[in-house]
Amino acid sequence: MPVTEILTALVGGAVITMKIVVMALPLATLMAFTAGLMRISEHRSLRWLAVIYVEFFRGTSALIQLYWIYFVLPLFGLSIDAVTAGVAALGLNIGAYGSEVVRGGLLSVDKGQTEAAIALNFTPRQRLWRIILPQALVGMMPPFGNLAIELVKATSLVSLITIADLTYRAKSLADMTLQVEQIFGLVLVFYFLMAQALTLGIRALEKRLGKGMQRGGLS
Amino acid sequence: MIEFNWDWAFAWEVLPLLLDACLVTLQATLFGSILAVVTGLILALLRRSQSKAVAYSAYWWMEFIRSTPLLVQIYFLYYVAPEWGLNMSPMVTGVIALGLHYGAYLSEVFRSGIDGVGKGQWEASIALNLSPYRTYRDVILPQALRSMIPASGNYIIAMFKETPQLSAITLLEMLQLAKIMGSENFRYLEPFTLVGLIYLALSLVASTAVRQAERRFPKEGFTLS
Repeated sequence: MPVTEILTALVGGAVITMKIVVMALPLATLMAFTAGLMRISEHRSLRWLAVIYVEFFRGTSALIQLYWIYFVLPLFGLSIDAVTAGVAALGLNIGAYGSEVVRGGLLSVDKGQTEAAIALNFTPRQRLWRIILPQALVGMMPPFGNLAIELVKATSLVSLITIADLTYRAKSLADMTLQVEQIFGLVLVFYFLMAQALTLGIRALEKRLGKGMQRGGLS
Repeated sequence: MIEFNWDWAFAWEVLPLLLDACLVTLQATLFGSILAVVTGLILALLRRSQSKAVAYSAYWWMEFIRSTPLLVQIYFLYYVAPEWGLNMSPMVTGVIALGLHYGAYLSEVFRSGIDGVGKGQWEASIALNLSPYRTYRDVILPQALRSMIPASGNYIIAMFKETPQLSAITLLEMLQLAKIMGSENFRYLEPFTLVGLIYLALSLVASTAVRQAERRFPKEGFTLS
C-alpha cells in the first residue's frame, strides 16, 4: 500500500481522535470543577460524594471503566453507543484527576484574598468567581495541560471498543498491509504532534490568564 | 436482553481465576517497574550529560514517549519487534513497553531529585576527589532518594493501573480473563466489576503505603547525620 493511502486513512482516524478529545474535554472540565469545588465545600455529604467519585475513578483503571460503561451499563437498560461510552469514560476519568488540580489550585490562593473579599462585603459567589478562581486558574493551567495530554493519549483506548480512531486504523492497517514500521511510526508522530499543539495552546492560555497578575503587588 | 442481577454463584466461580490472573498483572508491574527505574535513571543521567547532543536527545526521547499513548507503543513493539528479528512473548513485550513508558516519567522524577541535592554536596565530592561514579552512588543518590521515593511510587501505581492495556496483545491478565469469562457466559457484570474492585483495593493499599513513605521521607528540611 502506498504511503499516501496510509496517510489518508490515518488522517481520517486522527480526526475521530480529535473529535473524541473535543467532546471529552468539556465533560472532564465540568467534572473537575464540580468535584473540586465539592471537595472544599462546607457540607460533609458533598465532600464525601466527591471523594467517592475521585477515589473510584482514580483507583480503577481507565480501560476497565470504559469496558464497564460499554459492556455492563446496557444491562441496566441503558444502551449506549461506543462513542458515548468512550467520551463518558474518558471525561469522568480525567475529570477525577482534574478535580485534585482544582482543589489544590483553590487552596493555594492566599487566605488574605478571601479575608479581603469578606471585608469588602463580596457575596460568597462573587468571592469565588471574581477573586479566588481567576487567581487559582493561572496555577491550574500547567497541570491541566498535562491532563489534556493524558486525555489525548487515553483516547487510544476507545480503539478497543471498536471506534475507528487513529489507533484502531493503525492496527487494522497493520493487520492488512504488514507495513507495520511505517504505520505505527507515523501514528506515534501524529499523537506527538497533537500533544505538542495542545501544549502550545495551553501555554498561550496560561499567558493570557496570567495577565495582570503582577498588578497591585499580587503574586 | 440479560436481566440486571448480581449472580453470586458466577462471581464466586470467576473470583479465584481472576486472582490467579492478578498474579500476571502484578508480575508485569513488578518487572515493568524495575525496568522503568533503570531506564529512568539512565535517562536522568544522560540529561545531565556534558554533551548537549546527548542531553537533548534524552530530553526529546522522554518528551516523545510521554506524549504518545502507551497502547500504541505496546502495538509498536508487538508488531515491529518481530520485523527486527526479535520474537518476544506478550509478557516480555508488555514489560518492555511499560518499562520504557514509565522510565520516561521516572527520569523527570530522578532528575529533579538529583537537582534538589545541594550544590555543596557536589563541591564536597570534588574536594574529596571522589570519582563521578562514587559521587552519584555514595553522595548524591542516597540524598536524592528521599524526594524520589513517593513520586516514583505514584508512577508505579499508575503503571499498575495501565496494565489492562496489555490485554490488547493477548496477555492473559485480569481484564483479558474477565473479557473471556464475560463473553463465554454472556455475563459481563460480575467479571468486570470484580476486576475493578481488585484494582481499587490494591491501588488504595498502595497509595496509602506511598503516603506513609512520604511522611517518612519528608521532601525538605532533612539534615545529614
